[in-house]
Amino acid sequence: MSRDTALVSADWAEKNLDAPGVVFVEVDEDTTAYDAGHIPGAIKLDWKTDLQDPVRRDFVNKQQFEALLSERGIGNDDTVILYGGNNNWFAAYAYWYFKLYGHRDVKLLDGGRKKWELDARTLTKDPVTRPATQYVAQEPDLTIRAFRDEAVAAIGTKNLVDVRSPDEFAGRLLAPAHLPQEQAQRAGHIPTAVNVPWSKAANEDGTFKSDDDLRQIYGDAGLDDSKATIAYCRIGERSSHTWFVLKELLGHQDVKNYDGSWTEYGSLVGVPVVLGDEPGKA
Amino acid sequence: MTAVTSANTAAGCAAPDQSAPIPASVDLEKETVITGTVVADSGEAVAGAYVRLLDSTGEFTAEVVTSPEGLFRFFAAPGTWTLRALSRHGNGDATVTASQGINQVGVTVA
Repeated sequence: MSRDTALVSADWAEKNLDAPGVVFVEVDEDTTAYDAGHIPGAIKLDWKTDLQDPVRRDFVNKQQFEALLSERGIGNDDTVILYGGNNNWFAAYAYWYFKLYGHRDVKLLDGGRKKWELDARTLTKDPVTRPATQYVAQEPDLTIRAFRDEAVAAIGTKNLVDVRSPDEFAGRLLAPAHLPQEQAQRAGHIPTAVNVPWSKAANEDGTFKSDDDLRQIYGDAGLDDSKATIAYCRIGERSSHTWFVLKELLGHQDVKNYDGSWTEYGSLVGVPVVLGDEPGKA
Repeated sequence: MTAVTSANTAAGCAAPDQSAPIPASVDLEKETVITGTVVADSGEAVAGAYVRLLDSTGEFTAEVVTSPEGLFRFFAAPGTWTLRALSRHGNGDATVTASQGINQVGVTVA
């Protein structure tokens, strides 16, 4: 994978809004932004109600994913362009799902909704419907998904990258600072994890930094391609952003997103936790 | 409505509605709230501005989009923070030394 296959620019998107076989999809946790104005022709996916299991803590299974995409009119051969708010966090999360379920051609819109808005490009409230399809998903590709036992086993052996803010990493905050701080889990991070906040990979307008800059950032942090990497954050969406950078832009071979992330790990009984700014020892 | 908002914030990471009242579940004896309005040079409130909260080393910590009234709100910790606003009208910065409770700060973009 590379920037050419995984990412499109806002200029490219603007020129290809009506291109046959290209489907624009806005993904957000809160879809009121979509309802107030979206990219012309884009459909919406609600990260919470469409992409999460309604009862247990997991995302939609293969059958649910197939039913969702069929109903929304996305075909197996479509080029899917994902974008969203929150610096593309949830769009990156959805990108990871599309990859997990084997969609052939999926890309992120560089800069997402923020760049589109700051550039004052066209947004519309026109309703969008697409004819239903018969979408067929692949079995989930678990080479890109880490579960809790793998996260524990990775301590001191694999690259663990904690992509939350430095204050969350150190245990001074329990959630990103736009959210109330009272949370059930313990504060801190997984021992031996390095802290490379997701935001290091993005410019102010939400676009990704250049490949050279990205290589420098993760190289300086000691994340090389010789070891497998597990990325995590609080609920797995910011780490999808970093997973995208490492796997899809920089082409690292073995990168998993631990979507259980800190809300799971920080609630586990008996696992080691490190407080403070240093990675800590295994 | 309050129950729905707090359920959303507990489960997810998206920023809640910036103009909604602070949910009753938020304990101001514990939280350090940084809130204010983004205004243009003309004094007019700027809706839809992207406000970034940077820590004392300049590191990104959070980002929200202002409400139709130009309001933003963060739940931080006591200390010095920088607010950086991006908008179609231009960009602007402000710093605040926050303590526990509600801290008001305005940001002007030009």
